[in-house]
Amino acid sequence: MVYHNLKALIKGIRACKTVADERALIKQESAAIRASFREEDSYARHNNVAKLLYIHMLGSEAHFGQMECLKLVASPRFGDKRLGYLGIMLLLDESQEVLTLVTNSLKNDMNHANMYVVGLALCTFADIASEEMSRDLANEIEKLLGSSNTYIRKKAALCALRVVKKVPDLADHFVNKAKNLLADRNHGVLLTAITLVIEMVQSDSACLEEFRNAVPLLVRHLKSLVTTGYSPEHDVSGITDPFLQVKILRLLRLLGKNDPQASETMNDILAQVATNTDSTKNVGNSILYETVMTVLEIEADSGLRVMAINILGKFLGNRDNNIRYVALNTLNKVVSIDTNAVQRHRNIILDCLRDGDISIRRRALELSYALINENNVRVLIRELLAFLEVADDEFKLGMTTQICLAAERFAPNKRWHIDSVLRVLKLAGNFAYTASKLYNALRSDISQESLTLAATWVIGEYCEVLLEQGLVDEETPKSVTDTDLVDLLISVLDSPYANYLTRQFVLTAITKISSRPTASASQQERIQTLLASYTTSP
Amino acid sequence: METQDLQVRLRGEVHRLVAPRDQKYQSNFVEFRNHKIVYRRYAGLFFCVCVDANDNELAYLEAIHLFVEVLGMEYALQLLWCKPNPYPDSFFDNVCELDLVFNFYKVYAILDEVFLAGEIEETSKDVVLARLEELEKLE
Repeated sequence: MVYHNLKALIKGIRACKTVADERALIKQESAAIRASFREEDSYARHNNVAKLLYIHMLGSEAHFGQMECLKLVASPRFGDKRLGYLGIMLLLDESQEVLTLVTNSLKNDMNHANMYVVGLALCTFADIASEEMSRDLANEIEKLLGSSNTYIRKKAALCALRVVKKVPDLADHFVNKAKNLLADRNHGVLLTAITLVIEMVQSDSACLEEFRNAVPLLVRHLKSLVTTGYSPEHDVSGITDPFLQVKILRLLRLLGKNDPQASETMNDILAQVATNTDSTKNVGNSILYETVMTVLEIEADSGLRVMAINILGKFLGNRDNNIRYVALNTLNKVVSIDTNAVQRHRNIILDCLRDGDISIRRRALELSYALINENNVRVLIRELLAFLEVADDEFKLGMTTQICLAAERFAPNKRWHIDSVLRVLKLAGNFAYTASKLYNALRSDISQESLTLAATWVIGEYCEVLLEQGLVDEETPKSVTDTDLVDLLISVLDSPYANYLTRQFVLTAITKISSRPTASASQQERIQTLLASYTTSP
Repeated sequence: METQDLQVRLRGEVHRLVAPRDQKYQSNFVEFRNHKIVYRRYAGLFFCVCVDANDNELAYLEAIHLFVEVLGMEYALQLLWCKPNPYPDSFFDNVCELDLVFNFYKVYAILDEVFLAGEIEETSKDVVLARLEELEKLE
């Protein structure tokens, strides 16, 4: 059967019992729509396109309806135009030839007397414009940026954004108009204008310089948003237009980066926003988060930077997973620069290792590695070892390496280093990686006593793992033979760095190797000869 | 054709990524290819947006909520239901999946007044609703 309208079709499809039934129905209906298109029945067109778009939404082929959408767009009825443009937005992609025809329709409608028709054309352009279309219609868009109608201005600003994204060279086309829009009193226009300018200054360094002097204006906008009392039109849980605040902060970040003077101009307002924004709800935290990112990227004074890091520290204690997640992400980005400020929040970061959310645990772990230094190595390694016992399997591999590296780098003494490495080996389920890592480390340097001792012990203990799995830290595991292992250990024995302790370790290790079933007869013999020569040695 | 296949595939991937997530113990953000999905769940409906890696996730959570509020507000409900909303002060509890399915083209019209070119276009719910009312009169 053929469904006479969209509602009937949707009901029909929903009533299908099986996927096969549904497919058959859609196929049949598509054929009927196609036939109706061929008859050029302009009364049925609206209904047919509506049905076709629904079919498309379910994932079926619907591109044969493109020309019909264009015909709807040419209709004098607003309802037809709206559906036609919707069809174009959904069915077309940028590469199609039909776009030339679409460009003509858009150009006509951008000059239409009815603002809502202009709005439809702008909306379609902003969503689908290709590079060619952007060049063809850039002048129309520029003209509409100067419209006296706020509805048109704000849509035109986002069309200009599309143009700049498609053809960055055209950015300077919009500089003057965009400057005017930054002074607009309408929130929608101001918001979209700032969005446009953000794109412009990112794509073109000349634009960046052009807009530096907008900093005082932006600061004033932000100040008035922060200081005005309740404004019902733009209120979100007691905060005035948080979306606009976030956009302003983002543009300030780009303008203040590498510019001490611009940064100085925004210093006070950033401090004010950081201090006064209500942090009990997500909306306030979205502003605080943006402020923090701005402060950390501009040439902010050190007091302000510490304040920003402390906001993140406070975020870590928030009950909302989202807030902790963004805090850890951001701290990871800045820990190399503001290490001391981040250190102050070490305990709460370590608490996050036990978070219920695995992505929070992962980020807390990365951050903990970055925090290890000579002064806190004992505490942090102890914490990490405690965590290793309960850690998710996917973390263990990375953790063993990181702990061993940090233990080697910051070890207060050799005994502590060896103890720590041994505990890692005891706790971590998978030793292959550590063993091969240490094998490589020893091969490249046998002069470091503590490394030599740890590596020798591990190679002896886990020689089978090494022989079976090869060296796993390279992209493709490289196999290693028992001759390689014995060669390496003997080179330690013969080296000028060898001492009583290392010799003991080496002899124990090779004894272990020779006693394993993996050892070849030739190596067993070699080891026995060697051991024999030490039987009388001290 | 290629774009359509891609759309269907992306939709499937995002669904598989988001649907099984724990509401209590997981954040509302998932990394996806080189981007992030920010999502919010309202009863059985998920609203997902794909944002750049350095975008402000918290602000996008608010943006989703703004859209949902507009969807559920009195006038939009009339649009969707073609009858007055008996609970003018509450939103969304009253909109169910079916309303959105049967009126998907109107949902697009509402979406187009809140987001454009992937960006927020209007943050005043009153302005959006007044425009929608005007648009409906033109039909």
